[in-house]
Amino acid sequence: MNDIYLDLSKQSSFMRTVEHASIIEAVKNLSMEANYDLATDVVTAFEKGKEQEESPTGKAIFSALLKNQNIARDEQVPMCQDTGFSVIYVELGQDVHIKGGSLEDSINEGVREGYADGYLRKSMCEPFTRKNTGDNTPAIIITEIVSGNKIKIVVAPKGGGSENMSRVTMLKPADGKEGIKEFVVNRCLEAGSNPCPPVIVGVGIGGSSEKAAILARKSLFREIGSKNSDPELSEMEADMLKRINDLGMGPQGLGGTQYALAVHIEKFPCHIAQLPVGVNICCHAARHKEVVL
Amino acid sequence: MSEVIKITTPLSDEVVDSLKSGDQVSIKGILYTARDAAHKRLIDLLDHRDELPFDIKGQIIYYVGPTPAKPGAIIGSAGPTTSYRMDPYAPRLMEVGMKGMIGKGNRTQSVIDAMVKYKSIYFAAIGGAGALVARSIKKVEIIAYEDLGPEAIRKMEVEDFQAVVVNDTYGNDVYKEGMNKYKR
Repeated sequence: MNDIYLDLSKQSSFMRTVEHASIIEAVKNLSMEANYDLATDVVTAFEKGKEQEESPTGKAIFSALLKNQNIARDEQVPMCQDTGFSVIYVELGQDVHIKGGSLEDSINEGVREGYADGYLRKSMCEPFTRKNTGDNTPAIIITEIVSGNKIKIVVAPKGGGSENMSRVTMLKPADGKEGIKEFVVNRCLEAGSNPCPPVIVGVGIGGSSEKAAILARKSLFREIGSKNSDPELSEMEADMLKRINDLGMGPQGLGGTQYALAVHIEKFPCHIAQLPVGVNICCHAARHKEVVL
Repeated sequence: MSEVIKITTPLSDEVVDSLKSGDQVSIKGILYTARDAAHKRLIDLLDHRDELPFDIKGQIIYYVGPTPAKPGAIIGSAGPTTSYRMDPYAPRLMEVGMKGMIGKGNRTQSVIDAMVKYKSIYFAAIGGAGALVARSIKKVEIIAYEDLGPEAIRKMEVEDFQAVVVNDTYGNDVYKEGMNKYKR
């Protein structure tokens, strides 16, 4: 018995209990915060975009977006009326025990309270009848079990308009890097003004059909303007960003040089027969807030 | 940027014909809101030869589903939603007198053709700037389909509501023109 105790003590983390109420509280607060206040990296990207934009209309749009962000932050109102479906990405430490309720129920309760108390729009509905669920639940929950005894929660509300522009395709291995670039650039061309440009383009390469989609979404959580740690991917990101912006669509698709603020790639090994690619286009209201419990 | 053109709803054919793609406008007057589910109901009414819940002649429909108003506020955030989802319904509404639509994003060719045929304008407001756009809304009243929540039809009184003419009555499209200008 003593031996087992000693073995456990050698582990880097001990079993920890997290009250479900703290998960509810975190999701509730982050849902409101994410919708009221853009992260600094997005605001910095607007300022940089405004400077680099060649079209006067495009520059005026960047100014309007900065003004919109200030109103939303100062008055604590949603920056966009589409306060999204709730993407909740969880890294759950394997040494965490959640007490008092399930993880899923706690997250949904947090969304329910955040969307009610924060005067956020409820946008979830039944697919056939289109009847609104009334409280923006259920959330889209992506869970990863990781080592440790902490829980990281990312709350990333996503608007319907830009999500509708997302796609997954299964390329042939022969299509290679150039095939991937072509698919992503064409996706942006087809998306045009619909996803509220300036956008951030998330790309997931490899895995499987659903893994590529999740990688594309996760890539959007990376800080805008940060360099991909993989030099090959970093080069691909820069090349695609240039090709997308060279299309001339600009902010809101009204013409200009700054349609996309960034391209982010995440990569994962795939089956010898496959080359899955996911694209998730995020509108300029690139909302994500996180906490570690 | 070009000078801002002031227009007041309801719109006459004369005003509609004077607008050109790329024009910046400031709208004053009444806007009616409708998006996916409300459009479906409006078309169902037309199919059954029933009256619409408001007189659509000369009016502009704004594609929006606002957030709930905070206590003391007129409305929550209220920027435009993506318009192409209303494409299956828009020509029918133009046929019965609708003169304008406000949204964001490209329209299909059949809708652009209908704008030429029935003399109607498609305007774009800044997508995602919902907190800013809300400032031009002075009064709001739900007039139909309250059960649809954010999708209910609202009658809005606006002042200095800023928008750009995307498609005019001559078949022009500012999205194509703008893109061609900055293409490399």
